[in-house]
Amino acid sequence: MSQELLTLIWIIAKILLIVLPLFGAVAYLTLAERKVIGYIQSRIGPNRVGIRGVGQPIADSLKLLFKEIIVPARSNRYLFLITPILTIAPALAAWAVIPFGQGMALADVNAGVLFLFSMTSLGVYGVLVSGWASNSKYAFFGALRASAQTISYEIAMGFALVGVLMAAGSMNLQQIVLHQTGGVLHWYWLPLLPLFVVYWICALAETNRAPFDIAEGESEIVAGFHVEYSGMGFAIFFLAEYANMILISVIVSLLFLGGWLSPFEGTTLQSGLNWIPGIFWLFLKSAFFLYLYLWIRATFPRYRYDQIMYLGWKILIPVALVWIIVIGFSIQFQLSPWFRA
Amino acid sequence: MNIKRLIKSFLLWELFAGLSLTGRYFFKKKITTQYPEEEIPVSPRFRGMLALRRYPNGEERCIACKLCEAVCPALAITIEAEPREDGSRRTTKYDIDVFKCINCGFCEEACPVDAIVLTSEMHYHQENRGENIMTKEKLLAVGDRYESKIAADRQEDSDYR
Repeated sequence: MSQELLTLIWIIAKILLIVLPLFGAVAYLTLAERKVIGYIQSRIGPNRVGIRGVGQPIADSLKLLFKEIIVPARSNRYLFLITPILTIAPALAAWAVIPFGQGMALADVNAGVLFLFSMTSLGVYGVLVSGWASNSKYAFFGALRASAQTISYEIAMGFALVGVLMAAGSMNLQQIVLHQTGGVLHWYWLPLLPLFVVYWICALAETNRAPFDIAEGESEIVAGFHVEYSGMGFAIFFLAEYANMILISVIVSLLFLGGWLSPFEGTTLQSGLNWIPGIFWLFLKSAFFLYLYLWIRATFPRYRYDQIMYLGWKILIPVALVWIIVIGFSIQFQLSPWFRA
Repeated sequence: MNIKRLIKSFLLWELFAGLSLTGRYFFKKKITTQYPEEEIPVSPRFRGMLALRRYPNGEERCIACKLCEAVCPALAITIEAEPREDGSRRTTKYDIDVFKCINCGFCEEACPVDAIVLTSEMHYHQENRGENIMTKEKLLAVGDRYESKIAADRQEDSDYR
């Protein structure tokens, strides 16, 4: 009995060890976003709270905590209040299978990729239900757009993942990373380059980030699906969006950039860099993708709705399918160094 | 031609060109002015707070010709006048509603004696209801306070007047 209790406490400690730094990262990602976009626009971004604005996320979250939560009179009260939880739960649950290093996953599941895929897809239910429950035309349109977009891009995203599964021959995330051992050129970004690009574009669409942020197009539908939410309800949507961004960045690093593997592997430099823990490389790669998120947001204008559908159905899916065939042949003929038996 | 375009779009050529442009801007010098601590230079022609000027001997300039009242497109100026004890024509009431005022500067252009002016001061506010009516006393006080600045601005701009 006490043994089981101990295991439970140990698991909860591990969960806290993942979730608390994640919340901190989300808070500072919002600051990083404002700073990076500011810098790209020749501004300096927030710099009033604390030294160079480091207190800004704390001030923002305190403000949101103390704001009144308004429930629209003709909304579906129960659904309205439950949807923020519906959105954040999958965003957090997905972290369970992420390996931060060899054997450093909360749950080393053999169907890890499948779990991740389902969890990232579940996020759209929060968006859909919140738009419906708000009983507001803007929220409803935002939800419609978000769900249509997410369903369309899910397909291309799934095919991109299929390519990774074929190349690695496993659904276990640790196995996938270990299959990429051997240096930068052995990582899957090179043999699976088109799938890497397809996956990244789908990831942008899946997280409803610019240039695919029609779900919250400010100019037409105010804030989209979360227009009726205030205070903590809004904060939780915000938290889920940014947690999903971090999650996707980590997944891309794991699947295509060799996860915790050092980029200097196979070169003479590696012997001097063995002391750096693998988790550092994973964070570095994820940070690059997070920066890419912000960089892309500061660069590209929003897609028109029909263009989004065109890109998703007529370009990304065919490209992914063609490359899956290429991978099939590569595996059949054991194209070295990536597809040895 | 078409093949070239196809290859270009599949290599995401234009997207990378855009990203490299914004990427370069990330490292460029920032142009933000830290407002309360820093301010951008103000033109001598800046049309800010209203003021009534005096002659160097202390005599008020305004002769109640009411040209400013006539020209004011926002009807912000109200003037009443009668002869002073010494027989000179002066205003008894010179009110400007700064809520109506659109800072167009027509009154300054219309004024034959350079009495009503718009100073280059832009930091001013009202704290209580009714303070939006700038009376003659207030306007003259503003003029007295900013006289050196007003004169300097007029001097700097004199070639173009």
